[in-house]
Amino acid sequence: MKFVAVTACPTGIAHTYMAAEALEQAATAAGDEIVVETQGSAGSTTLSTADIEEADAVVLAADVGVQDRGRFANKPVVEATVKQAVNDAAGLIEQARGAAGSEPEATAAAQPVPPEPAGRTAAGSGMAGRLRQWLMTGVSYVIPFVAAGGLLIALSFALGGYRITEAPDVTEYFDPASLLSWAALANQIGSAAFEFLVPVLAGFIAFAMADRPALAPGFVGGAAAVAVEAGFLGGLVAGLLAGAVVAALQRIRVPRAVAGIMPVVVLPLLGSLVVGALMFVLLGKPIAAAMSTLTGWLNGLTGAGALLLGALLGGMIAFDMGGPVNKVAYTFAVGGLSTGSETALEIMAAVMGAGMVPPLALALAATVRSKLFGPAEQESARPAWLLGASFITEGAIPFAAADPLRVIPAMVTGSATTGALSMMFGATLRAPHGGLFVLPLVGQPLLYMLAIAVGVVVAAVAVMLAKQIGRAPATAESAPSEAAVAA
Amino acid sequence: MNIELTHSDLIDLDLRATDRRTAVRSLAQRLVASGRVTDLEQFLTDVESREQQMATGMAGGIGIPHCRSSAVTTPTLAFGRSAVGIDFGADDGPATLIFLIAAPEGGDSDHMAVLAALARRLVRAEFKRTLLEAADPAAVAEYVREEVKP
Repeated sequence: MKFVAVTACPTGIAHTYMAAEALEQAATAAGDEIVVETQGSAGSTTLSTADIEEADAVVLAADVGVQDRGRFANKPVVEATVKQAVNDAAGLIEQARGAAGSEPEATAAAQPVPPEPAGRTAAGSGMAGRLRQWLMTGVSYVIPFVAAGGLLIALSFALGGYRITEAPDVTEYFDPASLLSWAALANQIGSAAFEFLVPVLAGFIAFAMADRPALAPGFVGGAAAVAVEAGFLGGLVAGLLAGAVVAALQRIRVPRAVAGIMPVVVLPLLGSLVVGALMFVLLGKPIAAAMSTLTGWLNGLTGAGALLLGALLGGMIAFDMGGPVNKVAYTFAVGGLSTGSETALEIMAAVMGAGMVPPLALALAATVRSKLFGPAEQESARPAWLLGASFITEGAIPFAAADPLRVIPAMVTGSATTGALSMMFGATLRAPHGGLFVLPLVGQPLLYMLAIAVGVVVAAVAVMLAKQIGRAPATAESAPSEAAVAA
Repeated sequence: MNIELTHSDLIDLDLRATDRRTAVRSLAQRLVASGRVTDLEQFLTDVESREQQMATGMAGGIGIPHCRSSAVTTPTLAFGRSAVGIDFGADDGPATLIFLIAAPEGGDSDHMAVLAALARRLVRAEFKRTLLEAADPAAVAEYVREEVKP
């Protein structure tokens, strides 16, 4: 049989290595293979993803917390102290043989497990592979929130029209006999679900990096990203930051008495403090300043050609899907509505059309070339159709968060195309949102739909190209490990 | 200064102490004398606090008092052999082979690799047998140095 093991002791000098040696000897004596990661002061070679995939069971011989324990979520685990491993390694190997093929740790210990697709899609073991794995874990947890919240909001537009966002708070006014009340309710529940997007994304990216102690710092960092209007890109930053900070704190060796409260008290506390402070202090002000600069710049652009303005606003809408750049463009468009001028109505149409492009384009790309997308992304393709049609640009966040460098430029290209075309066709819109549900309010509806369709195709083709070019090495890298799994 | 893991002055093949603290103090004094430890009391306190976390006696008659301490200048092993045995809290009785492992506070991983190699040897029957049978400190030092070579 094949096993992997992690050994770790408080000082990381003696027992970590004695346990490793004893386990290796015992496994060899029993005719088994074992790869041991020694989490001690002499550094350690991290277990490769392939080693873990191939292992029949995992042995954790540790008196302190095992780092990055989430790696073993799908494996049967035998736990012991380092002393047990030194004194009776043969017995532990015997236990591991027994545990092999039994229930994985996840079920036994009721730990939250990143869904299957998260781990599988990123078999690459390099830094890029691990980064993608972290992002995918965050994405896989955020998809249900996007789907639930997005579909409720879409439903509210369908039932209540675009003015449903102006409906009174359902806690103040709710009439069970009124369809509008139900629509308002759906809208407000959907908005509540959307509040979670960025924190959940950040929280589970951190969780993937540094296990449960990083969950709170990740969520808090994500909430701080929302508070400073940093959008989902801010959430990515917060999640990675939280994971890195907690992983670094975990490396500090502490007395055994304190070790017990590290994961539940000390790490979440310090991690949240550090990440929250960085997000609020370092990121908050620059973003606010950048937003006001961008707004001022847009307002000064009155002389620019309509085509260029449409392309610019369209690109901004797609850039961060609800983040600061998107907000500046959207606020600019909505602000113009009150003037009622023809240009303002054209701008509103361009902005909404551009905002519908990313989810639609990604849904299209994931349907046409599903192999370029992971299982989690394929799942989010179905709701993305409806979200895109409803001008809920957030439907594209799972795709963009999983692979920002390839997805965002492609989406910006498509949305800019739609923005420019919409301006060129002179399409107008009197409503600030609503997607296809406000089509009756659109001037030049047929040409408007053409503008959106062209943008969608452009963005979809762009993202497929980007994924193909960049993926080539990654596919080659993951091929052997997939073969190994199959064998 | 000799920066090898150990040398003959750090080896006591006839450790007379009968209890754990005296044994550790006696070996630690050798560390101080060789310039490996700068502050005896600080070092002993650090060893003791590690010992309090979990006894370092292991099955098979070995005791491995150890610590990371700011009083340590370089990763070092002091070794003592006791004819009567000294209790280090192992389940199966007193220890006859005592390995006092001193690690500096901020040692980088390359620095510490030699201690990792030593720790791995401690669970090898051949290593223990050689030390039990050794007749002279210089030979022990030579043997240990050879064994932990990268």
